[in-house]
Amino acid sequence: MRTRIGSVLGKTVFGLLALLTVTLAAAVAASAQGEEPGESIGGTLFQRIDGERVPVEGVVIVVSQDGTEIGSATSDAEGTWLVQLPGPGSYSVRLDESTLPEDVGLTDPDRTELPDINVTSGQDRQVIFQLGESALEQPGTFTRVAALFVVGLKLGAIIALCAIGLSLIFAVTGLVNFAHAELVTLGAVIAYLLHAAGPHWPLVAAAVPAVIAGAFLGWGQEKVLWKPLRRRRMGLLSMMVVSIGVGFALRFLILIFYGGRPRAYPDFAGQAATPILGIPVVPKQLVTIGVAVAVLGAVGLFLQKTQAGTALRAVRDDSALAESSGIDAQRVIALTWAMGGALAAMGGVFFGLTESVQWDMGFQLLLLMFAAVILGGIGTTYGTMAGAFIVGVAVEMSVLFVPSELKTAVGLVLLIIVLIFRPQGLLAVRERIS
Amino acid sequence: MRDATWVDDVAAAPGNSKPDPILVVDGIQRFFGGLRAVDVEHLEVQRNSITSLIGPNGAGKTTLFNVLTGFDRPDSGSWHLNGGPLVGLPAYQVARRGMIRTFQLTRAMPRLTVAENVMLAATNNPGESLIRALVGGWSRHERAAAERAEQLLDRFGILHMRDEYAGTLSGGQRKLLELARALMVDPELIMLDEPMAGINPALSQELLQHIVGLQQDGKSVVFIEHDMDVVQEISDWVVVLAEGKVIAEDRPEGIAGNREVIDAYLGVHHGEAAS
Amino acid sequence: MDLIAALGSGLSAAIGPVAAAYAISALGLNLQFGYTGLLNFGHVAFMLMGAYGTAMTVEAGGSLWLGIVVGILAAVGLGLVLGLPTLRQRAEYLAITTIAAAEVLRLVVRSSWATEVTGGVFGLQGFADEFFALNPFTSSATYDLGPIAVTGRRLWVVVVGWTLVVVLTLVMRKVIQSPWGRLLRAIREDEDTARSVGKNVFARKLQALTLGGALGALAGALLAIEQQNVNPDSFRPEITFILYVVVILGGAGTIWGPVIGAITFQFLFFFVDTLMRDTQANVAWVGAVISAAGAAQVRFVLVGLGLVALLIFRPQGLLGSRKEAVVGA
Repeated sequence: MRTRIGSVLGKTVFGLLALLTVTLAAAVAASAQGEEPGESIGGTLFQRIDGERVPVEGVVIVVSQDGTEIGSATSDAEGTWLVQLPGPGSYSVRLDESTLPEDVGLTDPDRTELPDINVTSGQDRQVIFQLGESALEQPGTFTRVAALFVVGLKLGAIIALCAIGLSLIFAVTGLVNFAHAELVTLGAVIAYLLHAAGPHWPLVAAAVPAVIAGAFLGWGQEKVLWKPLRRRRMGLLSMMVVSIGVGFALRFLILIFYGGRPRAYPDFAGQAATPILGIPVVPKQLVTIGVAVAVLGAVGLFLQKTQAGTALRAVRDDSALAESSGIDAQRVIALTWAMGGALAAMGGVFFGLTESVQWDMGFQLLLLMFAAVILGGIGTTYGTMAGAFIVGVAVEMSVLFVPSELKTAVGLVLLIIVLIFRPQGLLAVRERIS
Repeated sequence: MRDATWVDDVAAAPGNSKPDPILVVDGIQRFFGGLRAVDVEHLEVQRNSITSLIGPNGAGKTTLFNVLTGFDRPDSGSWHLNGGPLVGLPAYQVARRGMIRTFQLTRAMPRLTVAENVMLAATNNPGESLIRALVGGWSRHERAAAERAEQLLDRFGILHMRDEYAGTLSGGQRKLLELARALMVDPELIMLDEPMAGINPALSQELLQHIVGLQQDGKSVVFIEHDMDVVQEISDWVVVLAEGKVIAEDRPEGIAGNREVIDAYLGVHHGEAAS
Repeated sequence: MDLIAALGSGLSAAIGPVAAAYAISALGLNLQFGYTGLLNFGHVAFMLMGAYGTAMTVEAGGSLWLGIVVGILAAVGLGLVLGLPTLRQRAEYLAITTIAAAEVLRLVVRSSWATEVTGGVFGLQGFADEFFALNPFTSSATYDLGPIAVTGRRLWVVVVGWTLVVVLTLVMRKVIQSPWGRLLRAIREDEDTARSVGKNVFARKLQALTLGGALGALAGALLAIEQQNVNPDSFRPEITFILYVVVILGGAGTIWGPVIGAITFQFLFFFVDTLMRDTQANVAWVGAVISAAGAAQVRFVLVGLGLVALLIFRPQGLLGSRKEAVVGA
């Protein structure tokens, strides 16, 4: 018993050290970004055009305290701005309307000045100026609906990539991994650090090590954490709480070394929409949908046609039976973790590409992943994929009816409706009780 | 072999009626996807009998148990306990109507003491209401329950463990605890899902005695069992399930030679005889 | 390193109003998770209900006391909405729904759409004057409590907060030691067995969820009153997981665990924070690796790692019995 606990401890410590090393290396690369210590106020100016974030550049923001100007900043190509502060305290932040582009306005014209912004010690305080497309020409209803549908497909594709692993890991181990979100974030962040900082690789090249790192992190946590815990017969309830703890620690490690500011992949920030069949579509959305669908197809083929895939399905359906017919369930589980991690990291890169790279981006997506998994039937592969696309389209198209800030809530409403009327999910049969 | 007299009046055919049935099942079907797991046209269980439910693996025995006790919902069908309909009732309501089940994998509540495991099952417990828990007035009921629980633990020979966590019990002791807990409800019909599984031979004799003891107390017992020796030894009546259907019913001495039964077992497990 | 300063900051936090609020909230989470085995990963949503219910009622012209009641009722309502569809399903469904609901609720409250009533990102301020009007201490005076000094204003919140903690814990002890409490623990151990002997498991789970939620709401109201401020970003998901650490650290499924957990946690949290900032500023290589803002987040990383380490190495926490933890595994 003692040696086993010792070895669990040893492995856990080793794993965390390995992880820390990776993150520290990334942090050194990130320090080229000029993350400065102390307090600051910052934000990102953008407007949403058909669900796509379009940064607004060249806007002047002035920060003052008790009527004295402390500093000012101009939003850059990514729409971000940052003003360093002398210390914690209460500040007022004003947006200089005269510097706004002609077709952009504040959604609430009275909100040019935000008084009483409290900044605590060490805080990188984010403030938001809501910019609207009020002056922009409203596109016709059909093109707007069609464009939103494409955006929805894009979100669905990303959710599907990220959620497959979540669903398969549940299927083979019974664990809902609440730390899955951080695999998504890490994928996006690693790609960012290789692309925008450090070696400045093209994003496609930077995505490769990100996906490999995702696979390694998935496989690694299975080896150093989950497998030993299963050996010790830790209950699933406790394991889920452990996964919460793992996710929590990773999320804040990323915050520490990457910072709280959302960033865009520079090569693709603010890509313009081109009309396809009269529908304004941003090329990176199409690429996301195309690549994701191809990868999802490959996952399906892998599960159906290869020996490893068949073994995975066997373990999912009945792990005792699978083991008695000579399948090494532990290897299958490790493989599932690696695959889930890789897919999540890839989903993260696409999520970062079309939205922005942020320390808690994975956590924000987690809710939609859960909605997709429950909708499709937890543990199913095709159900999860279908659920993901339904959730993605429903969430993005809901902005026709609800304020876009609340579109994530649509995912929750879907989730609850499914739980009430068809808790086993759309594509799963009622389970057997043994 | 038992000495029940009613069995002489019942012909050995699936779905035959019994002189005094406690449980009557009609047209229960349960599908998993396209697979028909249970398809029982008619089945009666005689009051105060020990009825064995046998059948090859995957015959639907446990699924039928789950449906009858409210742990699973059938796609169609109805069933009555003492003439009262049980369709659509949740599991706890079925239990309150007098039908108690046990599980194939013995369930002790490990972090409750042995005594708590049994006392939990006390019926009509006023202290289980949140309001009463707060204002009191349940201690008399609790004392009575404790007394009864002690008697039951004594009967099953685990009274000395009463203050230990149930998680410290051996596998056999857990089986006994499960029976004690079921009896605490004072049920009329007890459904035992493979009570003999994983029990050493010495204890299995003891357990059989306890099951016969239930019958002597006036209770009815249905149990799933694989070991034909056990079935022969204690049951009054045997029901055979295969591919979800009742394919035979008979006295225990008649069932071993039943052609249908042998075919059913052979059909599923090639070369493995029924007894 | 300034250990004395770090100890002082830890000690002050350990007896502070936030620790009392965490203790009350953790009492609720312990009822759900520790006794009934419900995975509520959105406990912060119940606290948000309590805080906003209080602030919005006062804003709308009601009294503070009515506001607290409204907040608690709103939390009970939330418990019903989240519990009714999920509590008949396996444990993870509640976990998924609550974690999602908590984050969505925060987004709704902070949205410009709701700004009229919730104050949006700015929140609501100055609604707790009725509470401070009852303050028997002199608000601006300083009182010495052994090694630490507090203002009269803070002392008043501390006295009320910890009195509530003790009273509520005693009430909790009474109901947990009743057959109701035994039934909750039975559900935690094996709900099918409880069902098989005729117990209405669903109703008890719903009671535990809503009652625990009500305690969360009371804690949220206490926090809001203390700060005279509600803000959506005070109700980030982190709070829920901090409360898990509090419950497990103290001992899940023990009567005084949440209280001991809250005190210990707040002490460690602020002790580590002060120490970390001090180290960052004064030890060159640490300062080179980590920024001041980063140093402030280290404690959150430790919360996550602490949660993992506790569950692996000391699942019974400070007050639980080792034996119980072993047989439960």
